[in-house]
Amino acid sequence: MTKLLEWVSVLSAMFAVWYSLIGGYVKHPLIEKNINLILISPLIFIALFGLYAVTVVLYRVFTFNNCEEAAKELQNEIAEARKDLLDKGLKF
Amino acid sequence: MAATIYDSEITKSDKYSILLPTYNERENLPIIIWLIMKYLDNSGYDFEVIIIDDGSPDGTLDVAKQLQNIYGSSKILLRPREKKLGLGTAYVHGMKHATGNFIIIMDSDLSHHPKFIPQFIELQQEQDYDLVSGTRYKDGGGVYGWDFKRKLISRGANFITQLLLRPGASDLTGSFRLYKKDVLQKLIDSCVSKGYVFQMEMIIRARQFEFTIGEVPITFVDRVYGESKLGGSEIVQFAKALLYLFATT
Repeated sequence: MTKLLEWVSVLSAMFAVWYSLIGGYVKHPLIEKNINLILISPLIFIALFGLYAVTVVLYRVFTFNNCEEAAKELQNEIAEARKDLLDKGLKF
Repeated sequence: MAATIYDSEITKSDKYSILLPTYNERENLPIIIWLIMKYLDNSGYDFEVIIIDDGSPDGTLDVAKQLQNIYGSSKILLRPREKKLGLGTAYVHGMKHATGNFIIIMDSDLSHHPKFIPQFIELQQEQDYDLVSGTRYKDGGGVYGWDFKRKLISRGANFITQLLLRPGASDLTGSFRLYKKDVLQKLIDSCVSKGYVFQMEMIIRARQFEFTIGEVPITFVDRVYGESKLGGSEIVQFAKALLYLFATT
């Protein structure tokens, strides 16, 4: 099964549950009491997920390791390499 | 005890072929070769470096020849091509001449530091992984020289990719990896993408074939010499490849 099919099947299962709740196929006092909430629940899910995504991505951007040490170490090694290679007779 | 001796004998027969595709890397090539020698020559691992130069007009091949004279033609192999033909075919070309049973691919612009190669090898040996990928996104890894925008695009793209494809690897567009030779051959044969999204397809196909993947955090120091580019066309290419893989794998 491709990833696309996986998404389609999970989303349609969720849609079926949601539709049976708002369409009145399942009867329960709790459902009737919260019908407005159920109606907009997909939007709430999407908004919450969007918030989660933005938070995670921004957190990862700000905590992205900057590797200052690695850059400094590389600069030193480049200088060392150039000197050593010149000694070995390399013409840059 | 006996097992240890047996293991070390197996290890001794392993050979690592490092493929270095180059295009106008006259400045960087000597440094990268020097670093490879520094970190691998005393490690005891058997290795060779295969330089695949795509007819660079800046004389990269000339520098490569000088390096071959310095370090010997058993360690440095030159397999140049007439003109720029793309990364995927460069690996195929290099692999044809590789005598190792493991292939290491890396960029020659100094963004991939050879000091991580021994870590790749150790991790591969510990778990007998089919491939080991360097990752900028795990603890201990990172990047240097990226501004906020670049980091945001990178992290955002990575988040979406992880969500849609669940690849089982954290760095999909990185190209610092170690492969078993037959594994790399199979992956290249099954990949259709060109350009840098090729790296992403390789690791997604690896998941599809249920190859095992190990990861080593790497520090990625963006181009010391020359310019690194990430423009609109790269982003479009990436989005296309993502959707293609989403719908087909």
